[in-house]
Amino acid sequence: MQDVRDALMLARSSEGKLVQRPLSPHLQVYKWPVSMALSIGHRISGVGLAIGTLLMTWWLVAAALSDGAFAAVQGVLSSVIGVLALMAWTAALIFHLFSGIRHLMWDIGLGFDDRSYRTSGWTVVVAVVAATLIVWAVGLAVW
Amino acid sequence: MRTTSGKTIRVDIRRSMLGRARGLGAAHEGARTWWAQRVTALALVPLTLWFIATMIGLEGTDRAGVRAWLHAPVSLVLLLCLILATFWHMALGLCEVIEDYVHQGALRLTLLLGVRAACVLLGLLCTVAALRLGL
Repeated sequence: MQDVRDALMLARSSEGKLVQRPLSPHLQVYKWPVSMALSIGHRISGVGLAIGTLLMTWWLVAAALSDGAFAAVQGVLSSVIGVLALMAWTAALIFHLFSGIRHLMWDIGLGFDDRSYRTSGWTVVVAVVAATLIVWAVGLAVW
Repeated sequence: MRTTSGKTIRVDIRRSMLGRARGLGAAHEGARTWWAQRVTALALVPLTLWFIATMIGLEGTDRAGVRAWLHAPVSLVLLLCLILATFWHMALGLCEVIEDYVHQGALRLTLLLGVRAACVLLGLLCTVAALRLGL
C-alpha cells in the first residue's frame, strides 16, 4: 500500500476474498459502445494526422527545391510502403473528418440523446469505410 | 491574510465567481481556444475534401505539374488556407492531448512549447514552398 487512502478502497468480493476496489473510471470493466471507440479513435487519428503533415511538408518543400528532391519524394510515395502509408493517411483523414463533423453537430446542440448517439456513431463508421474505399479505388484507378 | 510582521493585507479579487470559473479549464485558459479549434475544424471540412480530390488528380505528377496546379490563384489561396487551418488546428489538438495526459510540470511545458514551435516551423515551411511554387 503506497498511500493511506488506499485503505478506504478495500472491499470483499462475492466469494468473501479481500480485494481492492477499482477506481472509476476503469476502462476494462466497460463494454465498449461505439461512441467510446470513436472518441479515442478521434484523438489517435488526430495524432497520426499530425505525423502525416511531415509528409505533406516534405512533398511541398521538395517540389519547391529541385527536380531531384521531388523525384525522391514521388519515388518513396509510389513504393509499396509509400502507398500503404498514403492509404493509412487517407483512412485517418476521412475518419477524423467524419468524426469531427459529429463533434461539430454536438457543438450546435444536436444529437445528444442516447439513440442519436448510437445512430450517429454507426453512421460515422459506415460512412468512413465507404468513403475510404471509394477514395482508395479512385486513387488506384487514376494511378 | 496576515503577514509575519503582523500586518493585515486585504486582497480584493475584482472578478466575479462566474468570471473566474469561465477561465478555468484543463488548460487554465478561456474559451478562445475552444472557438479557434471549432472554426478551424469547420474550415477544414471543405478544404480537406478539396485536398483529397486534388491530390488524386496530381498522382504521379512532376514538378511542372505541381507548379501549373499552384499557378492558378484559386489553388494557391485554397492551399494556403488549408496550411493555416491545418497547422493551427494541429497545434490546438496536440496541446489538448498533452494537457490531458502529461502532468509533470517541466515535461508538460517543454512538450507544449515544442509542439507549438514545430507547428509554426512546419506551417511556415509549407507556406513558403507553396508561394515559391505558385508565384
